[in-house]
Formats: sequence, structure tokens, C-alpha cells
Amino acid sequence: MAEQLVCNGDQAIAYSWKQVNPDVVAAYPITPQTIIVENFSEFVANGEVSTEYVCAESEHSAMSICIGSSAAGARVATATASAGLAFMWEVLWIASAMRLPIVMSVANRALSGPINIHCDHSDAMGARDAGWVQLFGENVQEAYDDSLMSFKIAENMKVRLPVMNCIDGFIITHALEKFLPMEDDEVKRYVGEFKPIRPLLDWKNPTTYGPFTGTDYYFEHKYQIVEAMREAKNVVKDTLQEFGRLTGRKYDMIEGYHLEDADYVVMAIGSTAGTLRYVVDQLRAEGKKVGSLKLRLFRPFPSAEVAKALEGKKAVAIMDRAISMGSTGPMFPEVCASLYNSKDRPRLCNYIYGLGGRDVRPQELAGVFDQLINGTCKEMNFMGVRI
Amino acid sequence: MSVSLKELSKLEPRYTEGHRLCAGCAEPIIARQVLMATNKPIVVSNATGCFEVSSTVYPFTSWTVPWIHSAFENAAPTITGVESAYVALKRKGKITDDIRFVSFGGDGATYDIGFQALSGAIERGHRFMYVCLNNEAYMNTGIQRSGATGRGAQTTTCPAGSCIPGKREYPKDLTRIVIAHDIPYAAQASPHNYRDLMEKARKGFDANGPAFLNVIAPCPRGWRHDSSKTVEMAKLAVETCVWPLYEYENGKYSLTGESKRIAEGAKEKRPVSDWLKAQGRFGHLMKPQWSSIAEEIQHNIDKRWNELLKLCQI
Repeated sequence: MAEQLVCNGDQAIAYSWKQVNPDVVAAYPITPQTIIVENFSEFVANGEVSTEYVCAESEHSAMSICIGSSAAGARVATATASAGLAFMWEVLWIASAMRLPIVMSVANRALSGPINIHCDHSDAMGARDAGWVQLFGENVQEAYDDSLMSFKIAENMKVRLPVMNCIDGFIITHALEKFLPMEDDEVKRYVGEFKPIRPLLDWKNPTTYGPFTGTDYYFEHKYQIVEAMREAKNVVKDTLQEFGRLTGRKYDMIEGYHLEDADYVVMAIGSTAGTLRYVVDQLRAEGKKVGSLKLRLFRPFPSAEVAKALEGKKAVAIMDRAISMGSTGPMFPEVCASLYNSKDRPRLCNYIYGLGGRDVRPQELAGVFDQLINGTCKEMNFMGVRI
Repeated sequence: MSVSLKELSKLEPRYTEGHRLCAGCAEPIIARQVLMATNKPIVVSNATGCFEVSSTVYPFTSWTVPWIHSAFENAAPTITGVESAYVALKRKGKITDDIRFVSFGGDGATYDIGFQALSGAIERGHRFMYVCLNNEAYMNTGIQRSGATGRGAQTTTCPAGSCIPGKREYPKDLTRIVIAHDIPYAAQASPHNYRDLMEKARKGFDANGPAFLNVIAPCPRGWRHDSSKTVEMAKLAVETCVWPLYEYENGKYSLTGESKRIAEGAKEKRPVSDWLKAQGRFGHLMKPQWSSIAEEIQHNIDKRWNELLKLCQI
């Protein structure tokens, strides 16, 4: 059994990479991700890993290097945040189209403008359609666990898609918490040897990556990603459960808290899920039938599971830490669509909250429950904003 | 390395028939010459552009070597990613072969949108050769201006009108900008002098670090010359000193081929008007209204040529 450590989420991710020892890490520093690449640079400088570490001149190049390395046959990891993820946007699509199992940690941060370095999910949500599996962790332990599981999911032969493991900027990336890592050799056994498929470095069997494709084949190429995403849902579920058996930490794509007998539910992703459980405990002590639902996997979206979990509830608030300008938060329509065919649909409300790192206080979340219970929540709500 | 045509014709082609490039395009000529310059295994990355879209129309490819295209501006980081994987896997004992890495990009991908990425890759010292197929404009999307387009040339985004005579600016001297990175090897070459080009490509492949080859690539569509005149046009670029042949090796500049002979007085330097008259893209400069532009261009070429002579200590 490994010893318990105290560190922040970025350090936990860097630690997981040290144990995985990827062949190539290419990255560019950006707040609040920087600690990951700083820590990892130290492991490289001290010979604690045999990784080829490329300190790129931009995120766009960092992801391009990851694409080249992964296609060449290497196990590859990187990390970014905010503007960096936005700068990678073009090449994110290429990574998934080439079916490259790149693992990327994203320290969720608001997008400019105005420039802001604090947490919201605008960056990851902007990349939601790029063909990447997206996991969201809640705390330092999950940052570490998700990072390890990302390699298993990405490299699964049914998936072979890049995976993004997201953690809330500063809230998880910079806050110190206790967490329990796996032993080094246990991690080594867990992730196993990387098996590349048709690598570029196999020059005796030359492969073409990224050809020009016209109207006659493009659609079919995209459909293959759709199919891989469909498979990914089951693979993620199995990976989470297998990891649970291995570590004793129970994980699933969606995780309910006092959900079964709850009439009123608040749903969130990331660190807010933890605060929500605290609030649920308080309100339960007052005899209110409330519960919460944490979404851990955003892409592929586990629609059937969400529908099953929320069917028959009286009202559900969907907390979005991002907004699609001119529409709602990105999670809200997903949940609406999931429940469309349900016989017993709850009332659904959308709460936009915490943009640019705005604090999320327990009493505010208790207020959301109150509004759900007394029916005063509107379809669109902006928690704590001065209008 | 043998560079007799007889010997070269026996080599297994690494870039073969079936591509969709225009008749008279210089790019496949250059690529084949470059790829024949080493007998080591090669992995290629390609920027978006004519050369890329025409050579890999799915489900076909003209490449017999491993090849990757990612995006327009990232041929350099993509191949340096491949090279990094190679370094890592070699260190771990998973690869034992001696492999070479090369990127091809047009001037748009090299001078403009991909410049930062190229600069970063060179600065980090990855061992790869970047080959710029320089046809002096964005030809893939229909002949638009690039940072390599010559002054006075007309393109669809710098058309010659009644007030403005085509492109206002001189091309940036990318070869010297790249050299300023203190790169182990850089050169300018032309497909008409295949011995010179292949010798430079060989040096680039063997350089212990990044190498850069800037190759003039006449484009019959964009330059408006007959498609049978491509190689002739490349030669004219060198003979007018519009495109001097030179290399930078171990901190030293030296002229090569026809440029060396011109500098040594063994060959006549042709006037730039020969270059301008030969191409439709400069046709408007022949009108009396713009006669001063041709003079300015000649003046600029002379200035740059004299600077180069000084760098080469001639």
C-alpha cells in the first residue's frame, strides 16, 4: 500500500505521469496548469522518468507534437488550460480523426475576454465536439485517478481516441489535499506496455496519416469516431469500475448522492459536486428530500444513465459553469434531450454559475434547492450575478 | 553518393506516379530529388497545400514512405513530434534503425502561418530537415499573396490595378531569418540544378540538428508561364540573382552553382527584366506607367546580391 500524500491537483497529475513514464510529453505552460509541466520538468531533469520532454513554443505546437509522437508510436501526454486549449482547437479534431490515444489534463479556466485566470468550464465545453473523451474530476484524488484511467480508456482498442481529464482551475489545481496514490509498480502493471498501431516509425510498413479526403469519404471517417465514442461509454464505465475494484474507490459515469428517494436534485460537474453533497447533508438534516447528481463523463454523454437517474424527480437544477452565448449552459440541453422520451419528466432549470472563478458558496447552493422546492426557479437562472 | 542520372533512375521512388499536381509543377521534381538524397529510411510530414492535397487523395497515396499531414501551420512540430518519439523509443531500445525526418511545406505554410512553429522547432534543435517548396504565393487556394511573393507580382489578393501595381512589398528573406537561429545547415536551391540541390539535401539529412532547404518552385498557373518552361524558369531565377544559390554550413555562407560562377565572373548576371518578361504575373510592369517598378526591383536585387556576396566573403 502506497503512503498517503498531500499535494495539489496539478502535482497529483504530474505524479501520475511520473509513474506512467510516457514516451513523450510535449507541453506549453499556462496558468493554472503550469505546476504540472513544472513538476514534470523536474522529474525529467532528475532522471526520474525516461520521457522525451518537449517544451513547445505554443499550445498549438504542443498538440501538433503530441500528434506526431502518437502517430509515430509513442505513449503521449500533455496538459493545458483556457486559451491554450482554445489555441489547440483546430488540432484537437485532427488528433481524434487520426484515432490517437493522447492523454491531456485540462485545468479548467475561463476564456478571455476580459482576461481571467480562474475557474470555469468554458474551455473544455468549447472543445466538447472535437471527438475527445472528457472526464471531470472533483478533487485531488480524482485528478490523480482520472489521469491514470485516461491512459487505459484512450488506449483501449475499442476506443483509440484522445482523452481529456479535466480539473477545476485553482480549486483543484492549487488546493492542497490528502490523496492516496498507487504504488509505482502497481501503476506500471495497471497501464501496461503501450502497443502502437501502424506507427510511422515502422518504415517497412509505411502508413499515410491525414490524407486529403473529399466528399466521397469524409463523412464515413467522421462516422467512425461516432462509433468509437459509442463504444467509449461502455469502456469508461468498465474502466471506472475496474479501477474501483483495484483501489476500493467507487466510481461511475454519473454518481448520485441521496438520489434514490430525492424529489429535488441539483446536478453539477467538477468540484461543485463536493460542495453539493455537503449542502445535501445539511438539508437532509432539516428533513428535505433532496439529492445531488455528479456527472463525471461529459463526452460521450451518458444520456440513458442520466435519464434513468432523474426520471420521476419533481425538479432538477442543472448547474453549468459555462454558457453557450445566445443559448443556455452546455449541460442543460443535454439533460433535457436525455429526458425527452421519459414518461415521468421532472421540471428542469438551468443555473449558470461561477464564471471566471466566482465563489460558489454552500448557502447559494442551498438557495438553488430552495428555489427548486418552492417553485421559484426560472428556466434560466444566473446564480450570484449582479444584474 | 552518386548523382548520375543513370544511377538515380535505378532508385526505388519514394514519391511515385498518380499524384494530381498540375502539369509543369516543380514540386514533385523537387521532392523526388530531395528524397533520393539519402538511402536512410525517411518519415515525411507535409503542411497543407498543393503538394499535400494532390499527393494523398484518399484512398490513394503517391508516397511509399511513412507520411503524415496534420494541418497547414504545423508540419514542423508534427515531424518534431515524430522525431521526439524516435529519440524516446531509441533510448528505450525499442528502435534500432537510423531514420531521417523531413517536412515539406509551401511558402505560405513556411513564411507565414507556420513560421512560429518552424522557428520553435529549429530553436529546440530537433534533428529534421524542413524543405520549403517556394512558389511565391498561396497557389493551392487560387494564387494569393504570401510573404514570399515578389514585389510587383500580381495575385488575386494583390491584383495589379490602376493605382497599385501588384504586390507592394519585397519578399522577406526567410533563409537568412532561419540562419539567424544559428541552424547547423541551411541552403537555397533550385530544381534545374539537381546536383546542387541533392548535395544540399544530403547535407541537410546528415546535419546533426535542424536543417532548412528553401527551394524555388515555379508554378505555371500562378506565374503564368508555359508548363513546359518550369525548369527553365527556375534557372532564370538563379541567373537573374532573384534566387541566389547558396548554403550556410558551420557558420559560413558560400555561393554554389550558377550563383558562384556569376560571383566569380565566369557567368553573366542576367537583368531582372528577363525574369519579369517571362511571366504573366509581371506582365503589367511592362507598361510605361510602371517602368520605375522594374527599376526598383533591379535595384533591390542588386542590393541583396551584394549583401550576400559580403556574407560569402567575396
